[in-house]
Amino acid sequence: MQPVATTFFFYFLSAVTVISGLLVITRRNAVHSALALILALIGQAGLYLMLYAPFVAGVQIILYAGGIMVLFLFVIMLVSIEQSLKEEQFSKLWVVGLVSALALGGLFVAVYLKGKGIFPERVMIPPETSNTQEIANYLYGNYMFAFEIASLLLLVAIIGAVVMAKKRI
Amino acid sequence: MLDYINSYLSDTVHVTPGEAGNFFWALVYIIAIFAGLSVAVIAMNWLERKILAHMQIRLGPMRVGPHGLLQPVADAIKLLLKEDILPSEADPLVFWLAPLIVVWTAFTVFIVVPFGPTHAVTDMNIGVLFMLGVSSLSVLGVVTAGWASNSHYPLIGALRSSAQMVSYEIAMGLAVVSAVLMSSLNAEGTGTLSRIGLVQAQEAQQTWFIFKFFPLGLIAFFVFAVAMVAETNRAPFDLPEAESELTAGFHTEYSGFRWSLFFLAEYSAMIAVSSIAVTLWLGGWLRPFPHALTGETWDLVFSLFPGITFMFLAAITFYSVARMPKHPYFRVQTIGLAGFGAVLALIGLALFAPPVRDRIQDVYWFVVKVAGFMYLYIWYRGTFPRYRFDQLMKVGWKVLLPIGLGVLILTAVSGIVF
Amino acid sequence: MPDATKFLSHLELGETDQTFLDSNELIINMGPQHPATHGVLRVILKLDGEKVLGTECVIGYLHRGVEKIAEHRTYTMFNPYVDRMDYVAAVSNGLGYCEAVEKLMNVEAPPRANYIRVILTELNRLASHMLWLGTHALDIGAITPLFYTFRDREEILKIFEKYCGARLTTHAFRIGGCLYETYDGFEQDVTRFLKFVAPKIDEYEELLTTNRIWVERTKKVGYITADDCKALGVTGPVLRASGVQWDLRKAQPYAAYKEFDFDIPTGTNGDTYDRYLVRMQEMRQSLRIIDQAVGKIPEGPIMAKVPKVIKPAVGEIYHSIEAPKGELGYFIVSDGSTQPYRVRVRPPSFVNLQALDQMVRGQLVADVVAVIGTLDIVLGEVDR
Repeated sequence: MQPVATTFFFYFLSAVTVISGLLVITRRNAVHSALALILALIGQAGLYLMLYAPFVAGVQIILYAGGIMVLFLFVIMLVSIEQSLKEEQFSKLWVVGLVSALALGGLFVAVYLKGKGIFPERVMIPPETSNTQEIANYLYGNYMFAFEIASLLLLVAIIGAVVMAKKRI
Repeated sequence: MLDYINSYLSDTVHVTPGEAGNFFWALVYIIAIFAGLSVAVIAMNWLERKILAHMQIRLGPMRVGPHGLLQPVADAIKLLLKEDILPSEADPLVFWLAPLIVVWTAFTVFIVVPFGPTHAVTDMNIGVLFMLGVSSLSVLGVVTAGWASNSHYPLIGALRSSAQMVSYEIAMGLAVVSAVLMSSLNAEGTGTLSRIGLVQAQEAQQTWFIFKFFPLGLIAFFVFAVAMVAETNRAPFDLPEAESELTAGFHTEYSGFRWSLFFLAEYSAMIAVSSIAVTLWLGGWLRPFPHALTGETWDLVFSLFPGITFMFLAAITFYSVARMPKHPYFRVQTIGLAGFGAVLALIGLALFAPPVRDRIQDVYWFVVKVAGFMYLYIWYRGTFPRYRFDQLMKVGWKVLLPIGLGVLILTAVSGIVF
Repeated sequence: MPDATKFLSHLELGETDQTFLDSNELIINMGPQHPATHGVLRVILKLDGEKVLGTECVIGYLHRGVEKIAEHRTYTMFNPYVDRMDYVAAVSNGLGYCEAVEKLMNVEAPPRANYIRVILTELNRLASHMLWLGTHALDIGAITPLFYTFRDREEILKIFEKYCGARLTTHAFRIGGCLYETYDGFEQDVTRFLKFVAPKIDEYEELLTTNRIWVERTKKVGYITADDCKALGVTGPVLRASGVQWDLRKAQPYAAYKEFDFDIPTGTNGDTYDRYLVRMQEMRQSLRIIDQAVGKIPEGPIMAKVPKVIKPAVGEIYHSIEAPKGELGYFIVSDGSTQPYRVRVRPPSFVNLQALDQMVRGQLVADVVAVIGTLDIVLGEVDR
């Protein structure tokens, strides 16, 4: 398939992601924040699609937007809104936040100005059709050990959560 | 312009308009699917009420139009004219957004549904994954609807549905993966997530995946068939909207047009998941016995089916016309019913025409298979009591998930051994 | 509307100091307008998620003051009012009242009247159980049995209609016997009905008894022990399902019941499934009784010698019968006038409803609905 209006879609999806990302931290209502976060995640999935990574995009939607965010909402729904509206919204450590934001911004600018050499000249377009297979080959081939370690880590997290949540097992 | 339109028809008929990058035909397909889906939902509304009524020794709708045929239209008008109530304590934005999310997800999945080798809006490399992902987003609509109503029954309904849909997605995913594994059993050893590719794999392997590695395919299909009922919140898993417990569950506070959006979404979601089941296990658009019964005679016989179906429906309609009471009061209804029968007969006749009947084949068999699932949905509703929440979770996690995992492993092993 | 929290005194609401992440208990109002509370019962539920921590029944939405009305009506005039209490088992209500007044006056209904009474009462028990089964199954989510049971209940109502002209609030009996002689073909109608309904009961059982979901939804749900039943005064199928073989038709036979041979079905576990099985068996036993009675209705008068103006001597009487839902008792105090001084009804639904809280504590919301269904309450009788 020929890509159509690539630039437009890139800016559109980026705008969606950034704006909804801002909404996440500025909305006072936690459910609105969560919905904005879902929108941000979907925008990201769109960006993955543009990078010829449909499998990652699909997984992003299934896992993050569909699964994890539902659990987020599940918890947030039970929070009393009246109480949460009275809570302090922003952390008092705004000086630290400002400094780290400026540092990160400076890094971006520095990389953009100086580091042109580290980006490849020509963008490689991986074949779209075998995307899933490629990922499978990497995950279960080259990076098998890392993959298994990650899954073990998740298992530990699950067991930890069960132990913490259940008084009696 | 005309060249642009014709370019798709002449050159690249073997791909979907989305793949060919042809906007015009993609738009035509989208509109056709949207219209067809709306008609299907309206028909399902009538059929469900009729079939359920006949299972329950009732007649069902009989007043609006002959045999209640205009009942869905009357319902639609009623729903559109009803007051749109916004509960005073509700969150207006989210309350407004929730039905939109549900409808959006329910309709978006249809862009990858293959009604035939080229009859789909587009074919994605991650078709099945896309479909599962987008339909899993519909739970967001349900959850936000329950929360935004700011009422206790909807909240409980929302909690139930979020837990239910998240857990059944896992069993569903495992069943799907085992079918995808089966698709990789060809010479090149490359499986696919594309829905067209999955059907083509079944064609190439000369068997529906439901019969592959008997009984493994059947069990995977069974797991999916149970999970998909839970996923669409239908009986016996209709806990989020359990009428006798939660009055109407998550959409208790919704009325009028917004409620009808939930209704629309529920039925199109049913059709969507049934279409996944059909593509993965029941050979999608393939006609029965495409390899055993070959040759021109058989091709002709099977291509006559669409026309015969419509002629049969027309015959039933005409029989009902003959049975209508002869009283003048029923004259308009009788004429209407006869007109309906005539339309069916005309469609049937049109389907007998050779150019039409060859092109409509794929769509016909696909729709017939999906319709079978729709009938099953209604049948379940007429037969089963409702599960309780903890039992539902038990079935999902302790029965379907282990079975799904086992089938997945066994499929992988059989794939290597055979 | 009364304030909900007023009723929640014993639910130990406790402090509700809310913090940001406090998921405190949910208090929801089930009814009086709710699809599954069988009328206008209002249950206030205290929930922890889906788990029921406690319940509080609020009744009285259908209170019509039936007992007070009795004090301003003659004995005969009050007779139709009792039909309006348990309106799905109107014949049983009438039988209890008529027998109580007869006992107060020392009158005995003639044998023929007693046979007619037994047949109609048992038919009514069938009708009541059919309605219970349909609505109970509907509450649990099986929508189809409702229509089957209503189809068959219709046949019973047709017999009632042919006998006394009314289908629901029949007013079939009078003090001292029956007003109406059986119509021509009554016996044939009843026999035909018996033949018709026996396979239908099997049909209901086929739909539900071995249905996996039905069994899971009803087994170990709403459990109550025999001792608790006795302590709460619970009677009828609920008591028998807990293993107590107590049926007033056998324990203190009234009408013509001692002439018939029938069993008292009992359960062992005292859960919803056992109550379901007990009631299904009771329907079969009712068929047995009717089958025995219809063949040998004795000839003779249908009305005892009762004065035109009923004026019992000063005194009081308690008479109870086995209504479909349990022990239905009438306590009548007479001051020697034509109107009762006081009538007190012991309605089985009201007493059985007490068990609700105990049966649903610690179970899930869905079980509340199942338990309300299995208690087989009629709000007309609870509120009176």
